[in-house]
Amino acid sequence: MSKKITVSKAIGEGLHEEMLRDDKMFIMGEDMAVMGNVFAITRGFLEEFGPLRVIDTPISEEGFVGMAVGAAMRGMHPCVELMYDDFVTECADPLFNQAAKLKYMSGGQCSIPLVLRMPMGSGRRNAGQHSQSLEGMVCHFPGLKVVAPCTAEDAKGLIKAAMRDPDPVIVMEHKLLYARKEEIPEGEYITPIGKAKVRREGKDLTIISWSREVNFSMEAAETLAKEGIDVEVLDLRSLVPLDWDAIRESVSKTHNVIIVSEEVKRGSYAGELSAQIAEELFDELDAPVERVCGLNIVSPFSPVLEDQNFPHPEDIVKAVKRVLNK
Amino acid sequence: MAFENYPKEFLLDLYRTMVRIRSFEEHAAECFTKGMLAGNIHLSIGQEGAEAGAFAAIKPQDFFTSTHRGHGHAIARGADPKLAMAELFGKKTGYCKGKGGSMHIADMAKMNHLGANGIVGAGQPISAGSALASKIMGDDSVTVGCFGDGSTNEGSFHESLNMAAAWKLPMVWFIENNCYGVSTEIHRVTNTPDLATRAAAYGVEYAVVDGTDVVAVYEAMEKAMEHARSGKGPYVVEAKVYRYQGHYCGDPAVYRPAEYMEEALKNDAIEKMGKKLVESGVTEEELEKIKAEAQQEMDEAVKFADESPYPDPSEVLDDMYTVDNERCVAR
Repeated sequence: MSKKITVSKAIGEGLHEEMLRDDKMFIMGEDMAVMGNVFAITRGFLEEFGPLRVIDTPISEEGFVGMAVGAAMRGMHPCVELMYDDFVTECADPLFNQAAKLKYMSGGQCSIPLVLRMPMGSGRRNAGQHSQSLEGMVCHFPGLKVVAPCTAEDAKGLIKAAMRDPDPVIVMEHKLLYARKEEIPEGEYITPIGKAKVRREGKDLTIISWSREVNFSMEAAETLAKEGIDVEVLDLRSLVPLDWDAIRESVSKTHNVIIVSEEVKRGSYAGELSAQIAEELFDELDAPVERVCGLNIVSPFSPVLEDQNFPHPEDIVKAVKRVLNK
Repeated sequence: MAFENYPKEFLLDLYRTMVRIRSFEEHAAECFTKGMLAGNIHLSIGQEGAEAGAFAAIKPQDFFTSTHRGHGHAIARGADPKLAMAELFGKKTGYCKGKGGSMHIADMAKMNHLGANGIVGAGQPISAGSALASKIMGDDSVTVGCFGDGSTNEGSFHESLNMAAAWKLPMVWFIENNCYGVSTEIHRVTNTPDLATRAAAYGVEYAVVDGTDVVAVYEAMEKAMEHARSGKGPYVVEAKVYRYQGHYCGDPAVYRPAEYMEEALKNDAIEKMGKKLVESGVTEEELEKIKAEAQQEMDEAVKFADESPYPDPSEVLDDMYTVDNERCVAR
């Protein structure tokens, strides 16, 4: 049995089920309680769970992310939202120096079961401080897990997995996915962290992607199919830990790879993946790995300019043909 | 309450805690100077009165955070000097199995010690978050955030205190003001004579106390803890102390005027309390015995740390969840 709901509703459903299941869980962030979140993800939660478990914070990202770390050390399971992933610079210390490190630095005395939801991504015409894709930055820090679902089904399954994980998990949610209506299974289910999913099987080339660019990759694959090019689309879903087996298996089959992400290309997580594939699967490759990413620029405001700054299906099609020399 | 009205054992315990902190620090300094310790250490010598007084007011169920200058807090809370010293040595037997070192002693299970921290200002939101956890769970513990003057100028201080105040969290902040952030005298970078007065901006009660008077600190902290525990929200106590050494062990502190140390030595918390105790009938021999016991205890701690094994290199991946290191350490 399945039902059709939006990605944002799927996330809300996952959070709601976890709030009912886990009395140590609480939600905090800007506009999460009375308003029920700017994307209505937690609408009705305040009335149902009360002000101690659904908390509106002041605009103090360093303070409330740090407080979530402290509460997590005491055995609570905080689910915190940063309104935009761009604001991660405001809470860099509690996230990167505290949440990511305290388990290791204390010799394993505590874990930090913190979930940090980060709406991210380009395309909403929000200019340079509200449009970034900072996977490369957050994936750098050992101690954090990072997931970036594309579908409504995974958005729900991964938020539930994140809430049950003993370590800090960053959930990157593309803002332009929230309104998409998709089929999800009825009832409770978990999408395991660290498992990629083949969205489309193919034999000529592997597109590795995550989040919204998976949809663009699927569109590109359909276009290419009409021209007789058979592309496999691997949706990573989890960036850290990485499903290396899935990557190896696919690359060993197709022998050609492109990596598609919205990130600034320089210093991107796509670059890290490219390096790992080049280091370890060199003998499997028929051509160099290509990255299809954003430009090395500040995200522009004007729609005409912003559209230059993240990969569209036609860019992916071009890259595939370039790699396959077609 | 007047000094002489406190039970003698209570006063001797305060004295003993101060002496043990100083002895631990002097032993650590000696080990550092001899090259037995890697890295850096930051000593609490000169701050013992504040630390012994504050922790006497903290109950077993309470939690606390500490700083890079945190050995004294751990000892005052009842840390085993052997395990603390072993952590300074980077040994497997240390509180954090040698993964944290001097700036990161923690003991979450036995001491409710949520960790010393190498980042100035990191303990403020963590202590506020622990207090939030207490409020949500409805337990009767108070969380004490211990930190120095320098961190009161971090944004995290203001963000966290504002939230703790708005939500009436059971939290006490204990500022040890030794007047120096590394080399920078606090009043060169801060316009208020006291730091605790900033609490007023958030509608939080506060007290400023002489940190070289251990009993005065105890009394201020008792009041603060009672306030926080009874649901009235946070409280800030500032204790004025001296930092006898430079910022780190081996820093000659040439940036400081000579008068600073002259004042410090005139106000030494251990000397002052020793005199008062003798005036109230305690014998010099009793005090000497406390000092000798501390000396012996810390000698043994050094011996334990020195003789303990280092972690096995294979332990480098322990306590990390990541599973992708098998491919990373191919070298």
